[in-house]
Amino acid sequence: MSNALNVRTMAECLASGEVPEVLFWVGCSGSFDDRARKITRALVKILNAANVKFAVLGTEETCTGDPAKRAGNEFLFQMQAMQNIQVLNAYEVKKIVTACPHCFNTIKNEYPELGGNYEVMHHTQFIQSLISEGKLKLKEGGEFKGKRITFHDPCYLGRANDVYEAPRELIQKLDVELVEMKRCKQKGFCCGAGGAQMFKEAEPGNKEVNVERTEEALALQPQVIATGCPFCNTMMTDGVKNFNKENDVKVLDVAELIANAADL
Amino acid sequence: MMSIENIAFIALFVTAVTLFTLKIREIIANIRMGQAIDRSGNASERWKTMLLVAFGQKKMFSRPLPAVLHLAVYVGFVIINIELLEIIIDGATGSHRALSFLGGFYNLLIASFEVLAFLVIVACVIFLARRNIVKVARFHYREMTSFPKSDANLILIAEVLMMSAFLIMNASDLILQGRGVEHFTVAGAFPISQFLVPMMDGMSEGALVLLERACWWFHIIGIFALLNYLPYSKHFHIVLAFPNTYFSNLSAKGRLTNPESVTREVKLMFDPTADPYAAPADTNGAVQRFGAKDVPDLTWKQLLDAYTCTECGRCSSSCPANQTGKLLSPRKIMMDTRDRMEEIRTNIKKHGQDHNDGKSLLGDYITAEEIWACTSCNACVQECPVNIDPLGIIIDLRRYLVMEESKAPTELAGMFTNIENNGAPWQFSPADRINWANETN
Repeated sequence: MSNALNVRTMAECLASGEVPEVLFWVGCSGSFDDRARKITRALVKILNAANVKFAVLGTEETCTGDPAKRAGNEFLFQMQAMQNIQVLNAYEVKKIVTACPHCFNTIKNEYPELGGNYEVMHHTQFIQSLISEGKLKLKEGGEFKGKRITFHDPCYLGRANDVYEAPRELIQKLDVELVEMKRCKQKGFCCGAGGAQMFKEAEPGNKEVNVERTEEALALQPQVIATGCPFCNTMMTDGVKNFNKENDVKVLDVAELIANAADL
Repeated sequence: MMSIENIAFIALFVTAVTLFTLKIREIIANIRMGQAIDRSGNASERWKTMLLVAFGQKKMFSRPLPAVLHLAVYVGFVIINIELLEIIIDGATGSHRALSFLGGFYNLLIASFEVLAFLVIVACVIFLARRNIVKVARFHYREMTSFPKSDANLILIAEVLMMSAFLIMNASDLILQGRGVEHFTVAGAFPISQFLVPMMDGMSEGALVLLERACWWFHIIGIFALLNYLPYSKHFHIVLAFPNTYFSNLSAKGRLTNPESVTREVKLMFDPTADPYAAPADTNGAVQRFGAKDVPDLTWKQLLDAYTCTECGRCSSSCPANQTGKLLSPRKIMMDTRDRMEEIRTNIKKHGQDHNDGKSLLGDYITAEEIWACTSCNACVQECPVNIDPLGIIIDLRRYLVMEESKAPTELAGMFTNIENNGAPWQFSPADRINWANETN
């Protein structure tokens, strides 16, 4: 398949008089992190394949402020939020899709009070709607058919926003064996990155949180650990490396699994 | 005719209720130390939450064994306390089983009390074993020092003793009724205590009357004592679970508050027409503090949470930081908050309203190391059977450290700088934000 992605920015759309139906909020991880950029590209391929009229903010996007807020810097958070809301409102954005549960949570739950009201969807929810509307077709028996996959619930998608089924229903469409960890859904165990932990060393303890969680996942002997968050992806990938299992177990985003099954 | 026994009972009753009321007023005053937060509105959703979570114990059932045992104790407690009404009438007037005029329904009531009393004893014995013999891990974390441990055991032992007294009282009553002793008119049904009869059948009438009275008094003194112990104990949840779930946070767990004090400042910065030297609009006299350093900086709901906590430790046993050996324990956050409130009240009583003991929740009770270990994953909030939110307190303490004292861990201070300068938590140029669109993979 071609590597060329069809991506337009809101500024380009405005200049050509187009009104995209949805804004893809890429997030800092999806923009800058080497691993997360692959997730971003997978999602864009899906959006292109489904002929979704979408746009990104490009260089006009900045951090939602989530890590600052969770780390107690409310000033910085609200500065970021108001700046983003000004941009989003100027483009009259109605609907936002994002592959980062932290951005998803912040824009959905914390922006409205500051003047930013949008319909916000996590990419797993959005992809699910594309499939159910017949806009995206998966091919029979993709690369992952029959494989053992476990899904790690991102806290900011699951407990924070009660989204447990969308990612699971997508995984089940792949004709795979979905196995659940004991601590899943409401009882899901954090990967260790939330609350700004991603950006600092952990406090002294007897184990790293991501090692504890990866150990639980690996006990199920999966071929793939799936997740729906770039931070969880980093933490689980590091966890798998910690157990020297990177050749046996892949850590993949649900969007990557779907892009593969749609032959993109 | 009032006997000395009746007068003694009435005096005891009035004293117990008065002391309890005084302590409750003190606790209400403590909770009112907190900052305002609006938890009114959406009454139907609030009633529903209270009915499901407090009355219906919905969240308990994610761990079935303790849930079933706890249900027995809870239903036993609620139902057997109907008996309290009769105890008060009998105690004050000298009647014997004043409600027995209800006939068949009365027999049904007494029979159900007996079955429940038996179940309560069984459940409490298992609970004691879980704490002291099986040693379920969450009852032995760092914050479970001597008082929290003995508090739990004391309540369980008291329940066993009181329910036993209730059954022994009924058994002796049953024998006395059978012997046609005056005053002991035939009333009630005794499906459990009848099995105690063979053990006590040889006793004289006088001894049985004495035993019946002794058990009656033990039971009621026990109730009055526990009533007044409640406000000092984790057991206070039996009262506060109801208001605490009513005032639950009804929005998504992921949503943190956007403090208005900050919003005002940020809006000023964004407003080109704002006069930075204008007098602050309305500060209500008090100096506004960002975040929380001590309990009066927290909201009244967070303080109510602290009094509602029953120290079950489900929060900490699901906390990723706690379970990987970090200092943080969400239960300790709640226990510390309550202890600090009590300390402030003691200070006020001793030294007057404006006394400053130079201590604070953050620093003297909760350390920075604890709050920086939190991943904000909401597991503690999800697990709490009475909808307590330890995460909100942790975030408020972080806010104080960062916004008032600039004491963020070094790496986080770097992250802040990156967001300010580059619009991303890492040091990347904003111009490179869309490079992913042109790369190959």
